Amino acid sequence: MSKLHITTSINGDQTEFLCNSDESLLDVLRDRLHLTGAKEGCGSGDCGACSVTLNGRLVCSCLVLAAETEGAEIATIEGMADGEKLHPLQRKFLEHAALQCGVCTPGILVAAKALLEKNPDPTETELRYWLAGNLCRCTGYDKIINAVMDAAAEMRGA
Amino acid sequence: MALDEYQKRDFKIIGTTPVRPDGVDKVTGRAQYGADFYLPGMLVGKMLRSPHAHARIKSIDVSAAKALPGVKAVVTGADFPATAKGDTLDVQEHCLANGVALYDGHAVAAVAAVDANVAKQALKLIKVDYEILPHVTNIEDAIKPDAPIVQAGRRGRHVPEGYSDNCTGWCEFGHGDLEAGFAKADKIITRTFKTSSTHQGYIEPNACLANMGADGRADMWCCTQGHFQVRNLCAQIMDMDQSALRVTASEIGGGFGGKTTVFIEPVALLLSQKAGLPVKLVMTRDEVFKASGPTVASMTDVRIGMTNDGKITAGDALIRYEGGAWPNSTIFPGAQSAFASYDLEAVRAQGLNTLTNRPLQAAYRAPGAPQSTYAVEAVVDELCEVLGLDPIDVRLKNAAQKGTKSSYGPTYDDIGLIQLLEAAKAHPHYSAPLGPNQGRGISNGFWFNFGGETSVSLALNFDGTITLVEGNPDIGGSRAAMSMMAAEELGIAYEKVRTIVADTASLGHNEVTHGSRVTFAVGLATIKAARAAKAEMCRRAAKIWGIDADAVVWEDGFAKPAGANAGEHDPMPIEKIAADSPRTGGPIVGHHEVTADGAGVSFGVHICDIEVDPETGFTKVLRYTVLQDAGKAIHPDYVEGQMQGGAVQGIGWALNEEYIYGEDGRLQNAGFLDYRIPVASDLPKIDTVILEIPNPGHPYGVRGVGETGIVPPLAAISNAMSRTIGVRMAELPMSPPRVLKAIKEKG
Amino acid sequence: MQYAAPETGQQAAQLLAEGTGISRVLAGGTDILVQMKAGMIEPDLLVDIKNIKGIRDITPEDGGFRIGAAVSGAELNEHAGVCAMWPGVAEAFDLIGSTQVQGRCTLAGNLCNASPAADSVPAIVAAGAIARITGPNGDRDCPVGDIPIAPGKTSLAKGEFVSSILLPARPANASDAYLRFIPRTEMDIAVCSVGVSLTLDASGICTHARVALGAVAPTVLLVEDAANALIGSKLDDAALAALGAACTAACKPINDKRGTIAFREDVTAVLAKRAAGIAQQRAGGPL
Repeated sequence: MSKLHITTSINGDQTEFLCNSDESLLDVLRDRLHLTGAKEGCGSGDCGACSVTLNGRLVCSCLVLAAETEGAEIATIEGMADGEKLHPLQRKFLEHAALQCGVCTPGILVAAKALLEKNPDPTETELRYWLAGNLCRCTGYDKIINAVMDAAAEMRGA
Repeated sequence: MALDEYQKRDFKIIGTTPVRPDGVDKVTGRAQYGADFYLPGMLVGKMLRSPHAHARIKSIDVSAAKALPGVKAVVTGADFPATAKGDTLDVQEHCLANGVALYDGHAVAAVAAVDANVAKQALKLIKVDYEILPHVTNIEDAIKPDAPIVQAGRRGRHVPEGYSDNCTGWCEFGHGDLEAGFAKADKIITRTFKTSSTHQGYIEPNACLANMGADGRADMWCCTQGHFQVRNLCAQIMDMDQSALRVTASEIGGGFGGKTTVFIEPVALLLSQKAGLPVKLVMTRDEVFKASGPTVASMTDVRIGMTNDGKITAGDALIRYEGGAWPNSTIFPGAQSAFASYDLEAVRAQGLNTLTNRPLQAAYRAPGAPQSTYAVEAVVDELCEVLGLDPIDVRLKNAAQKGTKSSYGPTYDDIGLIQLLEAAKAHPHYSAPLGPNQGRGISNGFWFNFGGETSVSLALNFDGTITLVEGNPDIGGSRAAMSMMAAEELGIAYEKVRTIVADTASLGHNEVTHGSRVTFAVGLATIKAARAAKAEMCRRAAKIWGIDADAVVWEDGFAKPAGANAGEHDPMPIEKIAADSPRTGGPIVGHHEVTADGAGVSFGVHICDIEVDPETGFTKVLRYTVLQDAGKAIHPDYVEGQMQGGAVQGIGWALNEEYIYGEDGRLQNAGFLDYRIPVASDLPKIDTVILEIPNPGHPYGVRGVGETGIVPPLAAISNAMSRTIGVRMAELPMSPPRVLKAIKEKG
Repeated sequence: MQYAAPETGQQAAQLLAEGTGISRVLAGGTDILVQMKAGMIEPDLLVDIKNIKGIRDITPEDGGFRIGAAVSGAELNEHAGVCAMWPGVAEAFDLIGSTQVQGRCTLAGNLCNASPAADSVPAIVAAGAIARITGPNGDRDCPVGDIPIAPGKTSLAKGEFVSSILLPARPANASDAYLRFIPRTEMDIAVCSVGVSLTLDASGICTHARVALGAVAPTVLLVEDAANALIGSKLDDAALAALGAACTAACKPINDKRGTIAFREDVTAVLAKRAAGIAQQRAGGPL
């Protein structure tokens, strides 16, 4: 079976790769491009650890075929900081101790960023429902919620 | 170890909340977890698993799989060297079946191939001829004398008559005259409680990369709570010298006890050995649920007697656990912890373990304690309700304290249960008004905490900074805690210490990250290593000054003359001692090796408010408060995180999480869709109150905090439920169909 | 597996018609990719319909809205017109999966996956939505309720796929609502669910109603007795009791890992009454 040749933009960089027709975007990001910030927690869209944005929409990269991404714009956790300058969400996650093991953290950061771009001033309830598809087993979510709310406040002020 | 380690002191760094050293890596995606390692020539490993709950493997034909182009190795259980014995052999057979598949999902063969698609195709080409055997997956059936036997020859020596040969373990703890105690009671309540098997639910599936050369030496990278344990188990199973296998722990995406053993690592090594190439093996989520180590399910009879004024006169429990197809010892901590919160004249806790056709249980945060505590705390609560007594007052009246002979034998030293109960009673949550269909529950919880083998090395670099080398994976901020303790002890800035988690070739053995041991035991070893380094630095300063080493003291990062008699010398900073070290005797390293004891037990008290929809049985957790004794909170944010995380896992256990097996013995909900862990929108804020009653066994007073938090929620929520709906619930999870049924049956 | 991304509906239908072996349509992929990953299905051909012109559009039509088969949940819920006219459909669609799944999942996919527990289906059945089916011989229209015929099975012929769904115009004083029961607050499959669409007259009397139940039978049920319980009433207690009883009577549920028969029968009635009340409020009643 010959591979498909795909050209996309990942974190603003034009990227070309070869993939199998049944290969997920997550598998390509990780195993072909070694962008391992997106994690596979379930492979079925239930945990959100593989969250990326695809043409600006938050998606699970395990539920996207790499073949579908021809010409698409993809953003991953690796593109979130500006060089050595962390995104306010990343900084607030550290300040608020919003991670323990950290494996869900990239997905939650990508998801939270997508929310704040759409709604800069979410209520705590809106935030909790927005993040319902991002499972965290360590924190009980409490400090994650605090961190995102604080980052949102700072970003609105900025 | 003596219980006189603790010395009261003022801290500069301990108790602050600096950013963890691994933080930036974890918010930018740079941190490498188990599945994030790649090597040139790396193969992909996959496992073939039994679709049957119990079946003899009459034959396995792997020839077609081996012949498939791109397949580099195919192995079965018969390919392991037949040298492992005892518990290690059980672990090996859990990884890869040997003749009999003992549960749905039990691995029977594995392949390594050039890519995932080839590996998947190869699995389909393996032909297994099974002879289906009778199975049993629940406790009630497994312990009956006529039960299908999971594994013959495993009956425990002390198991009483009347139980099937599935029963592998029996234990009994307690003291006093039970019947005399019950005779003094005004009210006795007896109930049977059940809990379902639950899974740790770590978000990162188990993953490893093994690379074995033709010389028999190997390297491995894996996500684990204890890479020394992985090395030792794999070396025994593969019949290797421990020195021939170097294991590096990746960052770990959650463990909670579930990553304290091996499930795939020996198989990856075996595949790598056969293929002569590196092999990466990563479990799918489905495999994690089916074939890693969930916790025990339980069935517990509890009988407690109480006087009208709330004095417990006797407590008795029979705790039955099932933990899968091999023996385990979780009934011991289960039985030991059941009544541990109480000061009782007459108490007995008996434990019975049975085999079932399920995966071998692994530890899950305070293993065994949530289940038995749930049953005891529910009966205590019911007695309070029946006798019209305040549940905190009753717990205070019967609380264990310093000098209490515990229900499992030892006499307690300084413990904080009474302070916790008093703080709970004074907390605004406890007196907040409740609305219709709302109720409040409380529960105690206890956990032992452990110490164990620990080895730490602390090197002074020539610029005066510190590299601290420890051997326990950082599961929730322990690098930060170690850096803080080293910095505190040395009197230098937190940022000057970098703590790294070393591989198995770099340190002496380190016990698994379990038993809430790391901040206690590795912290203790870190402090002692720092003290050793300080002593050496004082000697170097003394040498430079030409005075006696005893005449030098260490203060705030400086060597100083101990007094006027030591002569006039300006304090010498750590940087100068470091820079001069090549000329004063060479590199300066403090190290400490210990089997740590004196971990200091920890108690918690939880308060929980819920609201139940009387028409649907849906339960909403409205408010939740965790009070816990941390001994000394090194990094209070991370202590709170442990308390919150444990509470939420307990909430999930109480309300919705369960392993669901069908009549066919197959697991029906091996995924996050139907194994329902709490999501962000399910939860309120989890309030925390940290109390600090110092542990005499640690220089700073630290008690482990990781596990206690999961012990009280089961009963706290169950008690809230019972008080909300007016029916005593006795089975977890209290999923909506069960709650609605209870409401309807009450009428 | 062959992956194809045709640019017209006809090409897509042709590919599906000519495919040998197992052919599947890819829209949002939130079901098919899960099934592929789990090894439940191994398609030989996957036809991605998202590149078909217009298939991601929401278009006003005859006072209602035509929803392209590749419109995602997130896109539909950002469409003020649809949300105002069919709030029950919008909320049902919004309940499917996580925010991430909302970025991809489609109404047509939810319908054609033919799960009895599909969240949007009771709502669009109650709404009287019409699917446009594109096939090798052109287009045809079909009530959405006629498409799923059994769990995982549809009435679509080889080569056919749903290319859009028409949510019809709705009269004044009319609205809809959808409720489902799940054990958590999010991320679960419905244990049972109810979609109600109703129309009130000027005095608040219900003149028209459609009540559809999910997850209590092999396919979504449109329950005429339940609608009749509402029609002619102001949704007083007696009418709501009759509605609940009719829903319970219509249920043909099973015991499974998500719920029991008794639970589904009871809770379906509860949800029906609550959903009817919400729809009534939205329609401007009680007057």
